[in-house]
Amino acid sequence: MSDHKTMTLKLIVWRQKNANDPGKFETYTAKNITDHHSFLEMLDCVNEDLILEGREPIVFDHDCREGICGTCSQVINGLPHGGSERTTVCQLHMRLFKDGDTIYIEPWRARAFPILKDLVCDRSALDKIIQAGGYTSCHTGGVSDGNAILIPKPVADDSMDAAECIGCGACVAGCPNGAAMLFTSAKVSQLALLPQGKGEAKARVLAMTNTMTDCGFGNCSNHYECQAACPKGIDVKFIARMNREFINAQI
Amino acid sequence: MILDGKCPTGPIEQTWDKYRFDLKLVNPANKRKYNIIVVGTGLAGAAAAASLGELGYNVQAFCYQDSPRRAHSIAAQGGINAAKNYPNDGDSIYRLFYDTIKGGDYRAREADVWRLAQVSNNIIDQCVAQGVPFARDYAGYLDNRSFGGAQVSRTFFARGQTGQQLLLGAYSALSRQIHLGSVKMYNRREMLDLVVVDGVARGITVRNLVSGEMESYAADAVCLCTGGYVNVFYLSTNAMGCSVTAIWKAAKKGAFFANPCYTQIHPTCIPQAGDYQSKLTLMSESLRNDGRCWVPKKQNETRPAGQIPEEDRDYYLERKYPSYGNLAPRDIASRAAKEQCDDKRGVGPGGRGVYLDFADSINRLSEDTIRERYGNLFEMYEKITADNGYKTPMRIYPAPHYSMGGLWVDYNLMSNVPGLFVLGEANFSVHGANRLGASALMQGLADGYFVIPSTIAGYLATIKPGAVKADHAEFKKSAADTNAELNKLLNINGKRTVTDFTRELGTLMWNNCGMARNEEGLKEALKKIPAIREEFWQNVKVTGTGAEFNQQLENAGRTADFLEFAELMCRDSLHRNESCGGHFRTEHQTSDGEAMRDDVNYCYSAAWEFKGVDKEPELHKEPLKFEHVHLAVRSYK
Amino acid sequence: MHFFSSSIGKKIVMAVTGVSMAMFACIHLIGNSTIFGWLNGGVNAYAHHLHALPLPIIIGFRSVLGLLLAIHVWYGIKLTLENSSGRPQQYAVKATKKTTFSSENMIWTGVILLAFLIYHLLHFTLQTISPETAALKNLVFVNGIDMPDVFSMMSAAFKNVAMLAIYGLGMVALFLHLAHGIQSFFQTMGWNNGKTLCIITKVSTLVALGLLFGYMSIPMLLFANILK
Ligand SMILES: Cc1cc2nc3c(=O)[nH]c(=O)nc-3n(C[C@H](O)[C@H](O)[C@H](O)COP(=O)(O)OP(=O)(O)OC[C@H]3O[C@@H](n4cnc5c(N)ncnc54)[C@H](O)[C@@H]3O)c2cc1C
Ligand code: HEM
Ligand code: HEM
Ligand code: SF4
Ligand code: F3S
Ligand code: FES
Repeated sequence: MSDHKTMTLKLIVWRQKNANDPGKFETYTAKNITDHHSFLEMLDCVNEDLILEGREPIVFDHDCREGICGTCSQVINGLPHGGSERTTVCQLHMRLFKDGDTIYIEPWRARAFPILKDLVCDRSALDKIIQAGGYTSCHTGGVSDGNAILIPKPVADDSMDAAECIGCGACVAGCPNGAAMLFTSAKVSQLALLPQGKGEAKARVLAMTNTMTDCGFGNCSNHYECQAACPKGIDVKFIARMNREFINAQI
Repeated sequence: MILDGKCPTGPIEQTWDKYRFDLKLVNPANKRKYNIIVVGTGLAGAAAAASLGELGYNVQAFCYQDSPRRAHSIAAQGGINAAKNYPNDGDSIYRLFYDTIKGGDYRAREADVWRLAQVSNNIIDQCVAQGVPFARDYAGYLDNRSFGGAQVSRTFFARGQTGQQLLLGAYSALSRQIHLGSVKMYNRREMLDLVVVDGVARGITVRNLVSGEMESYAADAVCLCTGGYVNVFYLSTNAMGCSVTAIWKAAKKGAFFANPCYTQIHPTCIPQAGDYQSKLTLMSESLRNDGRCWVPKKQNETRPAGQIPEEDRDYYLERKYPSYGNLAPRDIASRAAKEQCDDKRGVGPGGRGVYLDFADSINRLSEDTIRERYGNLFEMYEKITADNGYKTPMRIYPAPHYSMGGLWVDYNLMSNVPGLFVLGEANFSVHGANRLGASALMQGLADGYFVIPSTIAGYLATIKPGAVKADHAEFKKSAADTNAELNKLLNINGKRTVTDFTRELGTLMWNNCGMARNEEGLKEALKKIPAIREEFWQNVKVTGTGAEFNQQLENAGRTADFLEFAELMCRDSLHRNESCGGHFRTEHQTSDGEAMRDDVNYCYSAAWEFKGVDKEPELHKEPLKFEHVHLAVRSYK
Repeated sequence: MHFFSSSIGKKIVMAVTGVSMAMFACIHLIGNSTIFGWLNGGVNAYAHHLHALPLPIIIGFRSVLGLLLAIHVWYGIKLTLENSSGRPQQYAVKATKKTTFSSENMIWTGVILLAFLIYHLLHFTLQTISPETAALKNLVFVNGIDMPDVFSMMSAAFKNVAMLAIYGLGMVALFLHLAHGIQSFFQTMGWNNGKTLCIITKVSTLVALGLLFGYMSIPMLLFANILK
C-alpha cells in the first residue's frame, strides 16, 4: 500500500531445469517490496518481471498460502521456511527483511527429496512412510460411537500436538542427517496415544521406521534442529516417544 | 428439459434406508473387475477412494498437488456438524435437516439434505475410529461449539484445524488402501479433459505436471471431487491451485452446470492489504462465538478502536439480528459488513473492514481461555497483520469462500452424463443458495464415505466392466485436442502475464457479480468478459514449453477456463431475478435490506447445458418440492 | 528389519555402549582420585588391589570394555557415514539453530578419544611409552607389601608438558563427546518428555565438565608439583 516505504532486495536463487540438471545459483533483484508483501508475493513480483522480460520465472511449490497445506518449501538463508518461530514460507512476511538485504533461496536438500525443478522437490517419500502404517486399520462404517471410548482432554491434546504436522518436510531439510524422525514420530505418537491406535502400535512403529530407512532418510543423532525448523513446533519429545515405542515393539 | 433428481419419495425418515435397500449391488467377486477413477483427494475424494478401494473396486486417484494430503480441505478451520445432540440442547437429525434447508434459503432438495443429516453422525464415529483427535473435555467426552446459522451446539472441532485433521484421517484411510494395492495414487496430475464415449463417461485426460506428458486413463466410472470455483474472483480464501477446470471441462463434454451464481462470501477474513495480494486468509467463523462485530457509529471515524467509547460503537449484527446476533448466517453477516462499509463506517485502510472485538470475552473468560480456543487463529492474524488480536480488535472483511453451485447431480450423485459422478464442493447438491458453517466438511465426507459406495454400485451393476480401453480413439482425440490448446497458449507470446488477466477478471467478477449484484452490473460484466477472453487469447504471455514442469502453463489453462465459466456465472445471476442466500440482487430486497425470494418463479435449480464458447447455454430446470419444510421467509431476527 | 540394522536400533547400540563406557570413565576417575590419598596407600594401593583381583575377572573386565569400545566405534563410524550421505549437498549458507559444536563433531571427538585410549593404554597399562618408569617393574614397599609404583609413574609422566597436552586434548574430547552423548542417550532410550529434555541437557553438560576437571586435576597438580 502507498503508506508503506518500499525496499529493494538481492535474491540469490537456486535454479535447476530438471532432476538431471546439476543446477546453479542465479541473482535477481526484487523491487518495490512493501513490508506487507508475504515472501511468496515478493517472489510473485519478481516472476512477473521475469516473464515480461521473457525469462523463465522461478518455480516454487505453494498452494494454500496460509500455512496449513505444507506445500511451500524453501530454505531461506540456510534455514527451512526462513527460520522464524512456527512459520511457513508462505506466512513469512517481508517486514522481517530490510532494504538492501541479500537473500539466499534454496530447495529442501536431502537424499530422500530429489529436486524436480528450481525450488521444487519430490517429497513422496513422506507419503510412503504414512502408507507403511500411519493409520488405524478401521473400516468405513461399522465403528462404535464417538463417545464409546473416552479420551481425557490431556491425552487428546497431546495427540493433537503431534497431529498438527503438515507434512512439509522442513524437519528433514533442517536435519544435518536428512532424517525424517520428527515427521514419523509425530504420526507414530498421535496414534500411539489414542486408544484407537494402541492395538497396532508395535507393528506401526516398526513398519514406519523401516520405511524411513528404505526411503533413504538418515538416522537421528539428536541434533534437535528439526524442532527448530518445524513450522508447527512439533516437539522432539515425540521422537523420544517413538524410540520408546520402538523399544516396546522389540519386547 | 425438466430434470429428474430421482429423489425417493415417502416418509422422509425412511427415504435413504429404503432407497439403499432397493439399489442394485455388485457381487464381491466382480468388484475388482471394475475400474473407478477418482479425481481429487480432498475430503470427498480421499474418503471415496479409500471406501471404494476397501470395497474391492480398482481405484485410480488423482490430485494436482504433490501429495493427496494437501487438498484444500486441509484449510478448513472451524469444525464439522453432526446431529449427535451430545450437549442435549434439543438437536436432532430433523433439526439439522431443517436448519440446512432453511440456511440454504429453500433452494436445495429435501431428500439429499435429509440423507446428509442422517449420516452426519456416522461421520464423527468414523473419524474418531481413524484417530482424529477431536477436542474433548476432561472426562473424555467429545466437545462441541456453536456455529453460524444454528441455535444448537452441534459443531465438532479439532482446535482451529478441523479440516486438516479430518483430511488427514481420510488420507490415512487412503494411504492404507494404497498400501494394500486397491488404490493407485497419481500425484501432480491435472485433469484437463473428460473422455466421453457414446454419451457415457469413460475416463480422463491428465497432464503430468512434472514431465508435461499427456496421459489417458480409462475406467467404468469417473468421480469428480475437485472442489470449488471461487477463485473466479481471483482473491479468495481458496488455495492458489483451486480452479473450475475439472468440472468446466466436464461441462463442456455435456455435464450440466447447476446454480453457478450461488457463491458464498465469508464474513470473517483478513482485509486485503495491497494490489500485489495473491490470496485472502479466512479467520474461522467460530471466532464469532466470542468476538463481537462492530463499526464506529460516526462516518469516516478517525480515532483508533481503543479510543472509541461504547456509546460511539455500533454492534450492527446484535442490533439487526437480536436472536442470532454475531452468529447470523454468513450471507447475512457478510452483507451487513458491506452495508456498514458502503455507509463509510468501515475501518482500516480504504475503509473496507469492520472490527471483531474479543475484549468482552477476554474479560469474561480470561485471555488463556480465548487462546485455548483460537490460539492458532490469533497467531495467524498476527503473522499477517502484525497486530495482536488480544490487545486490539481484529479487522475483518468478507471474502469469496465457497461455491454452492457445481455440476448437477441426481440423488445418486451422478450427473446427467452416465458414469460421471460428482462429489463434495464440486457438485451443487445440498447447500442450496447458501451453505451453513461446518456443513461442507460434513457433505464432503458424507458423499465420500457413505453415499457413493452405495449409489455407484447401482450404476456399475448395470454395465459391463472394461468396455472401453485407454487406446480408444476418443482418448487419442482428447489428448490431441488438449495438447493443441496448450500449444496455442504457449505460442501467443503476448505482452501481459497470466496473473494480470486472472486479476482483471477477478476484480470484474467481485465488483459486478460478488456480494451484491444487479441487472446493470451483470449485463456490463457479460459484455466485458468476452472482451477480456478475446484479449487473453491474443495477448497473454506464457513462458517455457509444454514438455516440462511449467506453472505458468498450468495457470494459463485455469484462467482460460475461468474466462469461459465466468460468463455462465453472470448469466445465471442475471437469469435468477430474485435474491436468495448468497445470491443477492439489489433489485430484490426488503426496506431493511433483507433478501427477497421469489418462490413463484424461481423455486428450481438452474442447470445449464454448454453449447459452445460465445454461444448461449441452454437452461434446464429441476423444480424443487418442499413437503416437509415449509417455504418461509428466512429470518434470523 | 533386524534390530541391529534398523535406524533406531543402531542408535540404541551407540547409546548403550557409549554410556557404559561413560560409566567406566566415572569409576575410573574415582579410582584415580585415590592419588589424593583418601585410600590408605594412595593410588599405588588402588593399583595393587586391581592387580590382585583374580585373573579371570581382570580379563573378563577388559574384554568387555574392549568389546564395548569396538562395537561403539564400529557403529559410530557406520552411522556417521550413513548420516553424512543423508544430505549429500549442503546449503550455500550454513545456519543452524539448535545443533551444537559437540553434537556435530561426535565422530571427531570420538576418533580423538580412540587415539587417546590407544596411547593411554600403551602408556599406563602396557607401560611401553616410558618403560624406565613402568610401575609394574619398579615396585615400592608400602605397609608390608610390594606395590607397583603407579604414583611415580604418573608424576614422572606429567612433569612433561607434551604429555600434559596429550591428556588435556583427550579430556577435552571426552568432555565434548559426553556433553552431547549423555543427554543424547536419554533421548535415544526414550526417557524424555517435553519438560525433562532441557534439564537432562544441563546435567549431561555438568557431568561431562566434572569428568574434565576431575581427570585433569591430577596431571595438573602433578605438573605443578603440588601433589607429591
Ligand atoms: C479457508 C477455508 C475454511 C473452511 N472452513 C470450513 C469449516 O470450518 N467447516 C466446513 O464445513 N467447511 C469449511 N470450508 C469448506 C470446505 O473446506 C470445503 O468445501 C471442502 O473441504 C471441499 O472439499 P472437497 O473434497 O470437495 O474439495 P477439495 O478439498 O478442495 O479437494 C479438491 C481436490 O481436487 C483436486 N483437483 C482439483 N482440480 C483438479 C484437476 N483439474 N485435476 C486433478 N485434481 C484436481 C485437488 O488436487 C484436490 O485434491 C472451508 C473452506 C476454506 C477455503
Ligand atoms: C588424566 C586422565 C587419566 C589418568 C591420569 C588415567 C590414569 C590411568 C592409570 C594410572 C591407569 C593404570 C591403572 C593400572 O593398570 O594400574 C589407567 C588405566 C586405564 N585407563 Fe586411564 N586415566 C585417565 C583417563 C582415562 C580415560 C578418559 C579413559 C577412558 C574413558 C581411561 C581408560 C583407561 C583404561 C581402559 C585403563 C585400563 C584399565 C585396566 O587396566 O583394565 N583413562 N588410567
Ligand atoms: C571411551 C570413550 C567413549 C565414550 C565414553 C563414548 C560415549 C558416547 C555416548 C554416550 C554417545 C551417545 C549415544 C547416542 O547418540 O545416544 C556417543 C555417541 C557417539 N560416539 Fe562415542 N564414546 C566414546 C568413544 C567413542 C569413539 C572412540 C568413537 C568413534 C571412533 C565414538 C563415536 C561416537 C559417535 C559418532 C557418536 C554419535 C552416534 C549417533 O549419531 O547417535 N565414541 N558416544
Ligand atoms: S514435523 Fe514439522 S517440519 Fe516436519 S513435516 Fe511435520 S510440520 Fe513439517
Ligand atoms: S534434527 Fe535430525 S538428528 Fe534427529 S533430532 Fe532432529 S532428526
Ligand atoms: S503454501 Fe500451504 S503451507 Fe505454505
